[in-house]
Amino acid sequence: MTEIFGVPIQAFMGQLTIGLVNGAFYAMLSLGLAVIFGMLNIVNFAHGALYMMGAMFSWMLLKYADVNYWFALVLAPVGVGIVGVIIEKTMLRWLYQLDHLYGLLLTFGLALILEGAFREAYGSSGAPYDAPDVFKGVFNLGFMFLPKYRAWVVFASAVVCIATWYMIEKTKLGAYLRAGTENPKLVQAFGINVPLMVTLTYAFGVGLAGLAGVLAAPVYQVSALMGSNIIIVVFAVVVIGGMGSIMGSILTGLALGIIEGLTKVFYPEASSTVVYIIMVIVLLIRPTGLFGREK
Amino acid sequence: MKRKLIAAAVAACLATGLSVAQAQQGKLSDDVVRIGVLTDMSGVYAEYGGPGAVMAAKMAVEDFGGKMFGKEIQVVSADHQNKPDIAKNVTLQWFDRDKVDMTVENLNSGVALAVTALGKEKNKITIVNGAASARLTNEDCAPATGIHYLMDTIALGNVVGKAIVKDGGDSWFFLTADYAFGHSLEKDTGEVVKAAGGKVLGAVRHPLSTGDFSSFLLQAQTSGAKIIGLANAGGDTVNSIKSAAEFGITQKQNLAALLMLITDVNAVGLKTAQGLYLTEGWYWDMNPETRAWAKRYEDRMKKKPNSNHASVYSATLHYLNAVKAAGTDDTAAVMKKMHEMPINDMFAKNGKIREDGRMVHDMYLFQVKSPAESKAPWDYYKLKGTVKGDDAFQSLANSRCPQFKKS
Amino acid sequence: MNKTATLYLVLLIAAVIAPFVGYPVFLMTCLCFGLFACAFNLLIGFTGLLSFGHAMFFGLAAYVCGHAAKEWGWTPEVAVIFATACTAVLGYVVGWLAVRRQGIYFAMVTLALSQMVYFFCVQAPFTYAEDGIQSIPRGKFLGLIDLTSDTAMYFFVLAFFIFGFWLIQRIIYSPFGQVLKSIRENEPRALSLGYDVDKYKLMAFVLSAAIAGLAGAVKSLALGIATLTDVGWQMSGEVVLMTLLGGMGTILGPVVGASAIITMQNYLSGLGSWVTIIMGVTFVICVLLFRRGIVGEIEYRFGKKTSK
Repeated sequence: MTEIFGVPIQAFMGQLTIGLVNGAFYAMLSLGLAVIFGMLNIVNFAHGALYMMGAMFSWMLLKYADVNYWFALVLAPVGVGIVGVIIEKTMLRWLYQLDHLYGLLLTFGLALILEGAFREAYGSSGAPYDAPDVFKGVFNLGFMFLPKYRAWVVFASAVVCIATWYMIEKTKLGAYLRAGTENPKLVQAFGINVPLMVTLTYAFGVGLAGLAGVLAAPVYQVSALMGSNIIIVVFAVVVIGGMGSIMGSILTGLALGIIEGLTKVFYPEASSTVVYIIMVIVLLIRPTGLFGREK
Repeated sequence: MKRKLIAAAVAACLATGLSVAQAQQGKLSDDVVRIGVLTDMSGVYAEYGGPGAVMAAKMAVEDFGGKMFGKEIQVVSADHQNKPDIAKNVTLQWFDRDKVDMTVENLNSGVALAVTALGKEKNKITIVNGAASARLTNEDCAPATGIHYLMDTIALGNVVGKAIVKDGGDSWFFLTADYAFGHSLEKDTGEVVKAAGGKVLGAVRHPLSTGDFSSFLLQAQTSGAKIIGLANAGGDTVNSIKSAAEFGITQKQNLAALLMLITDVNAVGLKTAQGLYLTEGWYWDMNPETRAWAKRYEDRMKKKPNSNHASVYSATLHYLNAVKAAGTDDTAAVMKKMHEMPINDMFAKNGKIREDGRMVHDMYLFQVKSPAESKAPWDYYKLKGTVKGDDAFQSLANSRCPQFKKS
Repeated sequence: MNKTATLYLVLLIAAVIAPFVGYPVFLMTCLCFGLFACAFNLLIGFTGLLSFGHAMFFGLAAYVCGHAAKEWGWTPEVAVIFATACTAVLGYVVGWLAVRRQGIYFAMVTLALSQMVYFFCVQAPFTYAEDGIQSIPRGKFLGLIDLTSDTAMYFFVLAFFIFGFWLIQRIIYSPFGQVLKSIRENEPRALSLGYDVDKYKLMAFVLSAAIAGLAGAVKSLALGIATLTDVGWQMSGEVVLMTLLGGMGTILGPVVGASAIITMQNYLSGLGSWVTIIMGVTFVICVLLFRRGIVGEIEYRFGKKTSK
């Protein structure tokens, strides 16, 4: 049978596909971080917790209100976005004049609160959340069985990522956004409500995290701790990609997911550290990250 | 009927207890028997031990009569948050300041090792229920003060490995959590499988708390083994089972969870977990006695007890009986009685605590029922086999405990 | 200056009497975490670098010291010194990589690297993974004085604490410390004055890492245990909180903050996940309303300028 580097091609392709699924999550999360960072200059440590909240919301919607997956796909991110608006309006906005580090510390505190609260309420052992019946079953790709739901995850996140990129880079709204990032005073003078734009950007960014959470709910166990592990990996992804460009963070996310997946075939013991190792290498060669611009 | 018996026994105990008390009242240190339940009240293992374990200890005290030689028996509890250093601090304060005579439960291997070592140092009895590390009665044994009550990695591998190979599952592939616990579970089970005539085709190590198991499971699938042994625990086991179902792996291959409790099965759901092999030391639906106790527990906790809860009850009751028989709460005297007296209650029949602190009792192999077979909530297991205590647990001759090492 | 000297004398006397009044094990924990927070403060408060991965030094030193004392049977002071040296080396490697990025990126790089160290500790055989290194013997100081009693151990810990504290004090007031401060205030200016900024940052990072390692090593002996809790990112967060609560850039602040957090964790341990929530709330309050921290606020109110 055909082999690549001593690994059956079947296993190789299988891992590649799975890596793509994980990469889709990394991409969506690092995209949200990049959008928030670009506009607010804040590294949102609470991103992982808000991703967890997205998954939790969809689980709660199903359990208490019998709302199905499709509605949750819309409602949960909106819910997370509203939480984002509250956070931005009541807390983050007092920090824009200060060192960026305070934003990081504040959102770290928020992450602790959210995580602790959900753990207190629902324990940390996790709850199952089933994918809708449409996605039951698998596609037979010849070399592997790809569960339909995972295919959907890749598709959905690709659509979301491209739409976000298009909106920011190619539309008028995106132009305002980018201009607001460069020179808020000037943009304000043109009659654009910059503070509102900032609030909505934050809400949009965390909404993306919420959406990633809903997509992740049927794949992983829904639990209060699901966000705290992934966020550190995403941070590494962000350091590797650099937060200069939207497309950059999407591509880095996908690429690292795939690399991680392949490591699981060749050297599984390192699969949890490979992202950090790549980060070290990138820091040595290109300190600003692959797509980064030094500010 | 059973309750009457217990009541009669309790009354008899009280009567003798009173007479002993009159003779030996001075023997109870600081005028109280205080039992510390150290467990995870809110973290990943809260379902496994947690408030249920505290309730089980309280039920044991109640059934004993609530008093020892006319003095009060108290149960105190603390949350170790799965951090051995917190566990150590709490236990230290219990022993040094709070007049705690014995601690029970102590789930999580790190916690169990810390507490057992501390008991040895401070000469206090420590009973470990929830933790599975075989080190507790081997390298880190404390025969004079420590007891390991429920199960350990050696017994788990023994029961599952032997029984499944006998059942035709003779080729194995392991999915192993990449740290000490997973390695020893994989090694111990692998040896049993080979000894029973099966073969191990390979293993893949996954990092602790991996989010996604699909790629590891694909490797297990490629191996073509009949049985995929899950040498991991908690959330990792739950996630591997879910992914296996999702990728259709369970259609051709069978999973064997090496460490899994009924509460985990409940979290996964029967639809996904059906057909799975696992081993436990106790199940609520085994005989009238277990059902009666489970009912009493359920009335208070609103869910069925797992084997860990039952073992906490049994251990606490056994300790209290030993104190009464010894007529004192002096550590050495009580330990002597605990070793001498057989354990016969709803948890174990003819259980005995060996010289190395290992409590030896029968272990059971279960298979998870399909949704159609399950008649009621928590009706999850089919009994597939019983393994006698002496066959399930490591023999004393093989012990790596310095005191008993034969070489 | 005289006032300060009196304050330190009073504190020293209090520290000597404390074990006879309070519970020595608790006091030792406070001292170890206090020193850890002081080491962290050397970076954030006096150099302006936020390291979000300081637990890697604290935790790794605890493991190395525990291993040396238990498996190799080294005397406590040698084990501590060896562990400190090891973390200095780790600090050099991590610092060398991390100073390439600034500000928030620096925080993220240190966090990611500490996560890597965490995974190393989960897999390496000598750490016994989630069981941790247990029953680490306290041993005999210089092979002579038995440290088994809590009081004797307390003075052993106190000695190292005072040494570490004194060292930090010396660093801050040295010309080297002044350069660090200038980097904190205005990095481009320090650069244009001809200082090799990255070199100074790296030096500060190594010192901070080594002292954090010292704290971790002593802690592992005092409590007889080294576990994954000490290397996890939650611990990195805790030390940030201790420093923030006590007062960044003050000398005594981190010790006060550490004692407050340890007391809280000790007495609220029955509340389970509420501890996490309370810590989160403390974080938010500190950042929004109380950025000077406890000691910083006191100094501000009473107009003392000892720290600056």
